[in-house]
Amino acid sequence: MNTHPTLPEFDYLRPRTPAEASEFLSRHPGEARPFLGGTDVLVRMRDGFLTPRFLVDVKGLDGANDLRFDPKAGLTLGAAVSMNRVIASAEVRTHYPLLAEACRSVASYPLRTRATVVGNICNASPAGDSIGACLVLDGVLHVHGLHGLRQEELGSFFLGPGKTRLEAGDVVTALHLPLPPRGCAGVYLKLGRNQLSDLSIVGVTALGHPDSSCPSGYRFRLALASVAPVPFVPVAAERHLASHPITPESLREAAQLAADACSPIDDVRGSARYRRLMVRNLSATALAQVWGRLTG
Amino acid sequence: MALHEIHVTINDEPEQVSVPANMTLMRMLREKLALTGTKNGCSAGECGACTVLLNGEPVNSCMVLAVECDGARIVTIEGLAGQKRLAPIQETILRQGGVQCGFCTPGILISAHALLQRNPDPGEDEIREALVGNLCRCTGYVRIIESVKEAARMQSAAG
Repeated sequence: MNTHPTLPEFDYLRPRTPAEASEFLSRHPGEARPFLGGTDVLVRMRDGFLTPRFLVDVKGLDGANDLRFDPKAGLTLGAAVSMNRVIASAEVRTHYPLLAEACRSVASYPLRTRATVVGNICNASPAGDSIGACLVLDGVLHVHGLHGLRQEELGSFFLGPGKTRLEAGDVVTALHLPLPPRGCAGVYLKLGRNQLSDLSIVGVTALGHPDSSCPSGYRFRLALASVAPVPFVPVAAERHLASHPITPESLREAAQLAADACSPIDDVRGSARYRRLMVRNLSATALAQVWGRLTG
Repeated sequence: MALHEIHVTINDEPEQVSVPANMTLMRMLREKLALTGTKNGCSAGECGACTVLLNGEPVNSCMVLAVECDGARIVTIEGLAGQKRLAPIQETILRQGGVQCGFCTPGILISAHALLQRNPDPGEDEIREALVGNLCRCTGYVRIIESVKEAARMQSAAG
């Protein structure tokens, strides 16, 4: 690992349109990279894990800095919108407080001036704090590629640590969150080595809402950070809560199912065994909190 | 590696600087402009010793490329007091004993100043949250937090 304070040599460009960006990126596969806040990319470059020949700054593209809420369609976050802007937005706090809560747990205020939610997603670390909220809120990425615009659902977007469905030429232009389910409540519980600012040892995102199509009358959504190769959705736990009456027992059973389903590893922040236990405990806490809020 | 010509305003002074793409804002300030008040603690956006204001908001300058700052307005510790001798937060941190080795201090002052701009009456939790990205190995933070509270009181008294 090379932790010298200087960055390796590279060239920097700032395309004016998505077409220009996609064209350049596709002409330099494997050696050109889209560049947003840089809070992950620059660190990885400094440590020698990434050596792009070109950084393609896409913060200036049309709409990149837009944060828009449409009462019929939902929230659109341009790719360059910083986490601090998301946290400060009245519309996000009103309609998607879970996303603001998740962003607030990231690093520090100065870092969040630069860090972006789209960048957090595209960096595709299983530890990405804002990813769980975007998953349970059914986030969709707007992507501009060589063949034009397309959408990518987050549920199928992550392929492995740092790996996504994006290909050479792709630029994510925005994240879209549909309108939140009526009456929903959500929480993000993050366990770190300290109270604030660390990367997560375990992160649990829980969202619940009334849903008459579920036998239990409620639908719960879960996402786990740092306990699998990708941001992880424990589907069996979700199904358990959709199909069984919600009781302290069934919430605990769901938490155990979540713990059973994940695949944590040992690393500097915690052991696999500890992580699995914390998934169980924090999922139980998160689900109980959400249930408490749903039932007043 | 190509050089990029950028125009920035630093502490109210217009500057024209020629920078390679791989030069961070932190290195540009220190190496091109001799503004060495901004410190390099980690080069990874984790310690906050390099905190400056970029268009009014605090950033870890080691996480910003100089080339991205064309047209930007930057305030470093050297410019925090503006026309005055000391900003309120600089007075109070000295009075409260919130400085020992001083290495974290420029970044702490920038972050604290920015906090008081957006929240003139912060509670203790808000101060701690705002300064969580500015690590200090010497003071144990207590005197620093007290100095932010005192600066807030000073500023509200001044009206």
